[in-house]
Amino acid sequence: MSSRTLPLLFINLGGEMLYILDQRLRAQNIPADKAKKVMNDIITTMFNKKFLEELFKPQELYSKKALRTVFDRLAHASIMRLNQASMDKMYTPLSSGDFQLIRQTLLIFFQDMHIRVSIFLKDKVQNSNGRFVLPTSGPVPHGTQVPGLIRMFGCTGEETSRVQFSNGGNYTSAVREGSFELFGDRVTKLGTNMYSVSRPVETHMSGTSKNSAQHTKVNTAPNPLAKEELNLLAKLMGGLEVQKPGNTDSGFRVNLFATDEEEEEALISRPDELSYGVIKIQATKDQQANAELAKIMGEFTESGDQSPSASSKGDDLLAMMDGL
Amino acid sequence: MYHKEKSIQIKNSASALYNNLGVLRIAPRRLTYFTVVHANVVNMVSASWDGLNYSHRQLQSKEPNVATSTSLIMQAAFCVLPSRDLLVVTSQKGIQMYESDGSIMVYWHALDTPETPTAQAVFARGISAVWENYICVGVSSGAILVFDVPSKGSNITLSEVLEEHKESITDMASECSGSQECIADLVSADDGGNLCVWKSGEEFQLLNKIPGFDMSCSSVKLWKGTVVAGYGTGQIRLYEAVTGILHAEVNAHARWIYSLDIAPFSGLLLTAAEDSLVRVWHLTMTPETNSVEIAHLHNECVTDTQICGARFCDSDGYAFAVTGYDLSEIIRYTQT
Repeated sequence: MSSRTLPLLFINLGGEMLYILDQRLRAQNIPADKAKKVMNDIITTMFNKKFLEELFKPQELYSKKALRTVFDRLAHASIMRLNQASMDKMYTPLSSGDFQLIRQTLLIFFQDMHIRVSIFLKDKVQNSNGRFVLPTSGPVPHGTQVPGLIRMFGCTGEETSRVQFSNGGNYTSAVREGSFELFGDRVTKLGTNMYSVSRPVETHMSGTSKNSAQHTKVNTAPNPLAKEELNLLAKLMGGLEVQKPGNTDSGFRVNLFATDEEEEEALISRPDELSYGVIKIQATKDQQANAELAKIMGEFTESGDQSPSASSKGDDLLAMMDGL
Repeated sequence: MYHKEKSIQIKNSASALYNNLGVLRIAPRRLTYFTVVHANVVNMVSASWDGLNYSHRQLQSKEPNVATSTSLIMQAAFCVLPSRDLLVVTSQKGIQMYESDGSIMVYWHALDTPETPTAQAVFARGISAVWENYICVGVSSGAILVFDVPSKGSNITLSEVLEEHKESITDMASECSGSQECIADLVSADDGGNLCVWKSGEEFQLLNKIPGFDMSCSSVKLWKGTVVAGYGTGQIRLYEAVTGILHAEVNAHARWIYSLDIAPFSGLLLTAAEDSLVRVWHLTMTPETNSVEIAHLHNECVTDTQICGARFCDSDGYAFAVTGYDLSEIIRYTQT
């Protein structure tokens, strides 16, 4: 499938995460300077030059779990310095077929997830069974004609007849094409902030949002791609510089639920399969640890054992983690 | 004109891929095989005509190297040759050919896949049986691999590589398999909307090239010398294969067309798109005036579903079946 899917997926999901964080920071009345710092830190980490270079390399899409781990790290990252990343270098002009392939790859990634999102349910964009609404009305996409016309031609190319048929919907002509400039009217609402419109406060959801986690089918089978995914994570996170929060006063907790009670309930009812064990890998430059490891490695070769062949991917990962 | 029948449940949901439904009718045993692709698996169902027996089987994509990456399947299709029927499965890594019931893999052809992923994706897509003994498979580079298939056994060989398309092959179709003589017996389509018309033989001959409009042609069929092509714009075009003359142009769908099928005995045409609609049309040939006409007959809306596969279940078009993205069933319709 397409090897150019990951940047789109990451930037779209990252963008949505930013909208949500921004909305929650406002809703919880976090002081403006702290909120600004959080947003700044995350945005600059997302667009860190080294990180983007890794992201934009042609590569396969890995699992939802691997991507989630990257976002977890991102959400806990903090500011390094403002880097201007040049994103236009990577995307050579894509044909309609290339876009459709990227889209098909993304659709495979999201297949079988029927998580209900309350804002989508309210806007009637998603049904209660989790499926998204596909209206048979509204404007057709740019480049498409409203269905309904059959034109037939003779051998010399002249039009011999026109017949209309009923298209079973209520379509209108395409709207103008959106702008691809740095600044311009995009025409579409996709990618804009759903939370910028003020919404009535949720009092009690009818059980749909609480049940949503239970309907997630998570694959808990051992993943044969685990090593590959760890390699990817190591490469991506190698570009993510993380500072340990030095001053506990400057940190604060953000609640993504409407109330603390809801957060507590969600934690209690969290299905086991959504949790995953965390293996802490010591990746900091620790002189003493490195010296220890070097000594141990030396002991192996001295005893005459074959040094592990460099072609094993697991060794690549360990070597890389040591070098960080 | 058609009414909905009982759906067939499948083991997992259909992926959003062009032409994602294979159908093979086995009249002597009164059953029909269906295939639906889900990521790296082909779901096969064998359904008895009395509706009482369903048996399931899953085929995995073959990966020559253990656990380096999953190989996603692009398409699975039945190839009907005079001497035998085969099930062909194309993926990112290569081409697998099975006996039609999916029981034994009789042939594997590996694609040249690079060590590290490149910007240009690598995969095989576009499958067609041609004439008496060929199976043609398209590749992302635009090449078409022609395999010579003996009447039995696994001594299948790569006979020729046709290099005419510059963009990824999307779909291929043929007519006159084994019986009548046709001038053109194969058409291939690509991501740029370009169509190539071929005559099969020891060396395949390019008869005509019909240029596209930079819009992917996702599905193509060949019937009585007419190419029927469906595009990402939702348009269908009918061309005379050998001359390239445009006979008809239809603004058929509001979204990307994903599947086309023709019932050869009746001239019924089935089209399906991401707009959730399946439409049935009728094609008529008038040899005296050398014209082809298309008339709209019927619509079926599969609510909130991006349709990815639609096929007639018989040569008259009495029944058809439909698959949709993320749907774990094969929906069926029969004429009233």
